[in-house]
Amino acid sequence: MALGESLDFRIPSDVQYIEGIVGQVVQRCQERAFSRRHLALNLPVALTEALSNAILRGNGDVRTRAVTLRIQIDDTQLVAEVRDEGDGFDLARCTEDATLPENLGREDGRGLFLMDKLMDRVERFTDGGNVVRLVLIRA
Amino acid sequence: MSFTVSKQADVTVVEVEGQLIVGNRQDLKQKVLDEVEKGAKKILIDFARTGYIDSSGLGVLVSLSKRIRDSGGELRLANLHDELQTLFELTKLDTLFQISKTRETALESF
Repeated sequence: MALGESLDFRIPSDVQYIEGIVGQVVQRCQERAFSRRHLALNLPVALTEALSNAILRGNGDVRTRAVTLRIQIDDTQLVAEVRDEGDGFDLARCTEDATLPENLGREDGRGLFLMDKLMDRVERFTDGGNVVRLVLIRA
Repeated sequence: MSFTVSKQADVTVVEVEGQLIVGNRQDLKQKVLDEVEKGAKKILIDFARTGYIDSSGLGVLVSLSKRIRDSGGELRLANLHDELQTLFELTKLDTLFQISKTRETALESF
C-alpha cells in the first residue's frame, strides 16, 4: 500500500480560488484510482460546497479572513478539513432536506444537503477556528 | 469555464464549458437573462461539455427557470453526463426540469 500524503492550502476569502484547489485535490485522488463518480461528482461538489460555505458564510465574504484546507489522502480514504474564522454553526440543524416539495423551488439551501449526501461522513467542530471535516472512503 | 450562445431555428442554445459553480454562476445567469431581454422564449442549456455543478449553479438554474417561465418562455436542459444526472436525481431537480438526453431531442421537444 502506498503511503498517505498531506496537502495544505491557505487562501483569502475569495470564491475564485475554489476551482483551482478542487482541481488539485481531484488530481491527487485520480492518481490513487478513486472512482469516476468520486472524481467527477462526490469530491468536487462536496469540497466546493465546504469551501464556499467557509468563505461566504463562515468568513462573511470578508476577503482579509483566511480559509485553510488540510487534505489527507491514502489508498483507503480522503479526509478534508476546511477551517474558517467564523463562529461555527449547528450542522444538523442547518442541513435541510432539499428534496422536500416546499424546498424544491428554492434557489439556495442545497449546499450542506449535498455535502451530507456525497460524503461518507461530515463533521463540524471548533479547533482554533470553525472546522468542517469531510471523509470520503475510496470505493 | 466559458459559455457559448447560438441560435438553432427559434431556440437559443447556451453551452456551458467547464464547471458551473459559485465563482461563475452569475455570468451564466446574466448571459441567459440578456437573451430573455432580447426576446428569447425557448432556451436550451447544453451540458455536453460541463464538468460539475455545485449548489450555487443548481440555484441559478432554478432561478432562471422561474424567470423564463414568468416571461412566457421555456427552459430545457440537455446532455447531462451520468454524474450530472445523478446530481439532479439526488436533489430531485430532475422532476423540476425537462431534461433530454441529446440536443436534438431537446430541440424537437419545444
